[in-house]
Amino acid sequence: MNVEQIVFYFFAALTIIAAIGVITVKNAVQAVLCLVLTFFSAAVLWMLLEAEFLAITLILVYVGAVMVLFLFVVMMLDVDYAALKQGFTRYLPLGLFTALALFAVIYWVVRSKYFGSDVIPEPAKHGAEYSNVKELGRLLYTEYFYAFEIAGVILLVAIVAAISLTFRGRRERRGQSVPGQHKVSKEDRLRVIKMDAEKAPSDELEQTADQNDEQQRGNS
Amino acid sequence: MSLSHYLTVSAILFAISIVGIVINRKNVITLLMCIELMLLAVNTNFIAFSRYLGDEVGQIFVFFILTVAAAEAAIGLAILVVLFRTHRAIDVEQLEELKG
Repeated sequence: MNVEQIVFYFFAALTIIAAIGVITVKNAVQAVLCLVLTFFSAAVLWMLLEAEFLAITLILVYVGAVMVLFLFVVMMLDVDYAALKQGFTRYLPLGLFTALALFAVIYWVVRSKYFGSDVIPEPAKHGAEYSNVKELGRLLYTEYFYAFEIAGVILLVAIVAAISLTFRGRRERRGQSVPGQHKVSKEDRLRVIKMDAEKAPSDELEQTADQNDEQQRGNS
Repeated sequence: MSLSHYLTVSAILFAISIVGIVINRKNVITLLMCIELMLLAVNTNFIAFSRYLGDEVGQIFVFFILTVAAAEAAIGLAILVVLFRTHRAIDVEQLEELKG
């Protein structure tokens, strides 16, 4: 058993165990952390398949952004997760049966008779001068450039949709009303009020100061 | 390592996420996480075929799947937050306004 096989079996087992943890643990935060572990070990498998860029993208985008979003939501919502796990065993036989049947069918197709190393031999490893990022970038910016731009638009739409769904402020628009500005007249802006003339405040101050002086003289 | 090994691992992952969807029928967050697991299994299939057939286009496809999955997760979680604000619960079985 060489090093590659040891790495493959170890991380494949880790992926599967962590995935089982995602669906069985009671605490939702622990489920998210199990999913993070699944993504990490799957990234190692992708690295073994020489998809370095996607392996790093999986960790940066999924673990760094999507899973953090999940953690925020799980911690923000005040939900009794233990109560949600009620009826867990009720559907377990059905689920296990469905999954085993599905796995049996898929395994019957992908077993080594059809996809083994003698049918599809393992391709030679790329040399040190091969750059996965360079190759992907060449494809992405030439043949798939249109799809790449559509992907950018999808992300923009997702940002706008997520913000507008969770936005809780006032829904009114703060826009400029040009017809309203044209229709305004002088009477709307300016109001002339008739009122009596007021005495200047500086005179009052001087008067009180004089009165104080007189009182002090009277006291002495 | 033959292609069959990688395909078997992703088939197991896919089956586990099916079990998760069936047994966690109440919790919407776990349902979303099971969908993420499913996409991971599919992406592993794509990358394994891309490596063994010597064609990089499979990795381009995974790139776009990752983009759409990130958008889906963001909008799904936003809908979940709105749902929790209106119902104070995320139990799937309590969502029956549209029942005829």
